[in-house]
Amino acid sequence: MAEIPILRIGDCLLVSIQVDMHDRLALALQDDLTQRIVADRARGVMIDISALEIVDSFIGRMLNNIAAMSKVLDAVTVVVGMRPAVAITLVELGLGLTGVRTALNVDKGLALIRRIIDNPERDDADRER
Amino acid sequence: MSDRENIILRLIDRHSQRLLRDWLAYQQREAKYGGTQREAETAELARRFLDQLRASARIAQFEDVETIEWRPIRELLEDLSRDRAVQGFSPTETATFIFSLKEPLFALLREELRDDTERLVRETSTTSRLIDRLGLYTIECYARTREEVIRRQQQELLELSTPVVELWDGILALPLIGTLDSARTQIVMESLLQHIVNSGAEIAIIDITGVPTVDTLVAQHLIKTISAARLMGADCILSGIRPQIAQTIVHLGLELNVVSKATMADALALALRRSGKAITERKQPAAPGSS
Repeated sequence: MAEIPILRIGDCLLVSIQVDMHDRLALALQDDLTQRIVADRARGVMIDISALEIVDSFIGRMLNNIAAMSKVLDAVTVVVGMRPAVAITLVELGLGLTGVRTALNVDKGLALIRRIIDNPERDDADRER
Repeated sequence: MSDRENIILRLIDRHSQRLLRDWLAYQQREAKYGGTQREAETAELARRFLDQLRASARIAQFEDVETIEWRPIRELLEDLSRDRAVQGFSPTETATFIFSLKEPLFALLREELRDDTERLVRETSTTSRLIDRLGLYTIECYARTREEVIRRQQQELLELSTPVVELWDGILALPLIGTLDSARTQIVMESLLQHIVNSGAEIAIIDITGVPTVDTLVAQHLIKTISAARLMGADCILSGIRPQIAQTIVHLGLELNVVSKATMADALALALRRSGKAITERKQPAAPGSS
């Protein structure tokens, strides 16, 4: 069974999803990721979905789950690289991925994680304003 | 049957010049405006129509104008109604071309069958049915052409009215003008997302100054656009909310869940602050000789 690699960049973990997700792969990824967050004391998780042409409700839920799990382990999750067509489809499906932060690409995702880790209060206030 | 068709055909054949003259005279009486060129065009069309009618009627059934034998006539009428629709004729003016053929034809029939009332009635109704069918066909073509024009204009309007403007490095503006329906939302969304990808912008200002009304459906479309932009990593600021619209939004109980500003200027100021930039007044250079 294919395994999704988890790369470490500083105190961030980068997951690049490039194959079709299915139940067992998603469960394995959640398992691996939570273990790595604890083991590496990671503060941020970046999930790159730029290779995905189709994101359905299943993957949407998986992303939400990963974000919730990371949050419990005090790591912030950022989904990066979503394609315009995918974004439109998700919105039409009613999946706003409200629990997940998003960024355009890995570069901006790293900057966003850095910003959130450095001053979490300011960022929240920023969004409220 | 054949005898009956023959009498009309015979009449048209025998009196074609007179028929044409009467028909044109009748059309001129009906037409509100003329112009010699238009009259010449109409005369030419009428002549071609009569010729074609004779050719088609000789081989075809009167009852059904959808058959292949009537195709030349149908094409002629299609051309006519298309031209007139594009030139801005009214449906009445377009249909008058065909319907005004009735009077001269009936007059001919009346003369020919003066003594046979029963036959006269029968022939008149047959002719009337044929001309009605042709007239209806003309109107259908006319309506079709008009619909095409409307569709094309709608498409052009869509493309015209959804620009995405780069206000600053990393700040996009989306001035919406006109009512926001599903089709437009789709186009707006696609073009906004594509611009976000191209420019790497993190803030998008959606300006709804030009949106006449905001109801639940429009709000729904706005929310969709904002969510989609958020999924692409860009935050949205809503601006250009008129007092009337603010009241409507509250009365309808809509929850937009987005930062909103009254004017585009406020929104731009916020966007600049968020991206860590500021606009300041330039210091006046010291007057020469003052130091």
